[in-house]
Amino acid sequence: MAKAHVYADNIDTDRIIPGKYTKTLDLSSLAAHVMEDLDPSFSKRFVQRDVIVAGDNFGCGSSREQAPLALKAAGVSLVIARFFARIFFRNAINIGLPVLEIPNHTIQSGDEIQFDLATDIVINVTRNETYQANQLPPVMLAIMQEGGLVAYLKKHKDFILS
Amino acid sequence: MKPQTIAEKILSAHAGYPVYAGELCIVPVDGAMATDTTAPLAIKAFEEMGGEKLAAPEKFHLIIDHAAPAPNERIANLHQLMRNFASKQQCALYDIGSGICHQVMVDHHTVKPGDIFMGADSHTPTYGALNALACGVGSTDLAAVMLTGKIWLKVPHSIQVILHGHHLQPGVSAKDIALEVVKQLTISGATYQSVEYHGELLHHLSLSDRMVLCNMVAEMGAKTGIVSPEGLQLPYLFNPVFADKEATYTRILEIDAAALHPKIAIPHSPDNVHDVSAYVGTPITYGFIGTCTNGRLSDLHAAAHILRGRSLAPGVRLVIAPASRQVLLDALQDGTIQTLIAAGAAIINSGCGPCVGTHDGVPGDGEVVISAANRNFQGRMGNPQSKIFLASPATVAASVLTGCISLPK
Repeated sequence: MAKAHVYADNIDTDRIIPGKYTKTLDLSSLAAHVMEDLDPSFSKRFVQRDVIVAGDNFGCGSSREQAPLALKAAGVSLVIARFFARIFFRNAINIGLPVLEIPNHTIQSGDEIQFDLATDIVINVTRNETYQANQLPPVMLAIMQEGGLVAYLKKHKDFILS
Repeated sequence: MKPQTIAEKILSAHAGYPVYAGELCIVPVDGAMATDTTAPLAIKAFEEMGGEKLAAPEKFHLIIDHAAPAPNERIANLHQLMRNFASKQQCALYDIGSGICHQVMVDHHTVKPGDIFMGADSHTPTYGALNALACGVGSTDLAAVMLTGKIWLKVPHSIQVILHGHHLQPGVSAKDIALEVVKQLTISGATYQSVEYHGELLHHLSLSDRMVLCNMVAEMGAKTGIVSPEGLQLPYLFNPVFADKEATYTRILEIDAAALHPKIAIPHSPDNVHDVSAYVGTPITYGFIGTCTNGRLSDLHAAAHILRGRSLAPGVRLVIAPASRQVLLDALQDGTIQTLIAAGAAIINSGCGPCVGTHDGVPGDGEVVISAANRNFQGRMGNPQSKIFLASPATVAASVLTGCISLPK
């Protein structure tokens, strides 16, 4: 089971991965600095496959794809937010980091979370609550199911809307 | 046909059939660009997708601006990767000193009214100043544009911002308007939407002013920002795109621009906006003028007007990064640069400079910066132990003269 690490509203990409670390193709170096300015103890507390949970507008600011890449490289299995900043949302799905929008979640730090990406259902085991995430448009769903936009375009060669 | 916003009109023209807010469409892209922060990942994704040739090399542009010239060997090698890719693909590469991507694209008339442009940089909506639809995307979305020449988009809902008035108060500029709009819409208030600027003030706004307004829609979460073409002057003929009178908006925000006073965003969020007058006297040690928001000739003129014949306060430094080579040349020709240097400014290379916290002026622990940039998130300039206030170039110039936040006179 995965543990929830909960953050506030409007977490910007500078706090997910500071700009000074973004100029690299070495993804493990990104993982070493993820959430560094926001939560200096993150790397100590985080266990592989844990879940990041946020309020409104997670990932606002810079378009840097290094933000979802850093979370993925650190081993984050899912990011849940009430809603996401638009570039971060597209980037996460494009690089194969699962993200779910759950406007009414009441997840607290430390809660045990189970999720099923086929149904977009999240179970908060600690609080005995079940949440249904917002449905993705078909094109995004297809990209997510392929594991990202690289695999999607390798297979389809072009975008398919429906 | 149902009345349309400017975003709906531009997307319909490219989709080949009428589209409306909330619908998905696939559209051809008129131009695309990436920087040294985003291009290396985009090139990698393009190659992983099986890409061999760009769909349209003449429409693709690489700009080395975010950490330029390279501060270390790691970044130097990423720059080399971009140069090699551009040479192999025969696409444009703007090397160090060319300027900030958005200013370079505008200086070179790369974006035109009615265009759809995708940039791997969050401030790409800046080109809405040109009555174009421009969105920021990540590296992998950009790689898909490089490969296919197209992108899928959700047609955005639009927020109408009406700017009333025929002039601004002395010491007030487009930056103060942009900060006021960010304050009212908040950092997430325009998420997924297009911010469409209207109103009689547009007849009195330059292209630079319009760029400031669209640049900061990124700080509201917007997908794009577009200025209605009233008063837009360009050195070539163009077909303006107007919104229909009865177009649908999710929100209408009316601003009496003529009554605005200078604004300031306080740490650590660009929507934490107040009147400068409420913070007059706050000590600062570092001023920065530059960036895709406020590094243009008119911004340097505003600073030089205040700094002419004067000197920085003791213990205060001022870093200035002209937005592009063209801006630097123009500012050298008319003596603006000389005025700024004489007052004590350090002029750095045309590029993003300290705004992205990589090099060229990282603040020290506990320092308070007053900056003409667009973001003041904690750690934005490279040090989470510093604080950043955002204001107009005139307010920055007035503040470095006194060593504390001051109103431009």
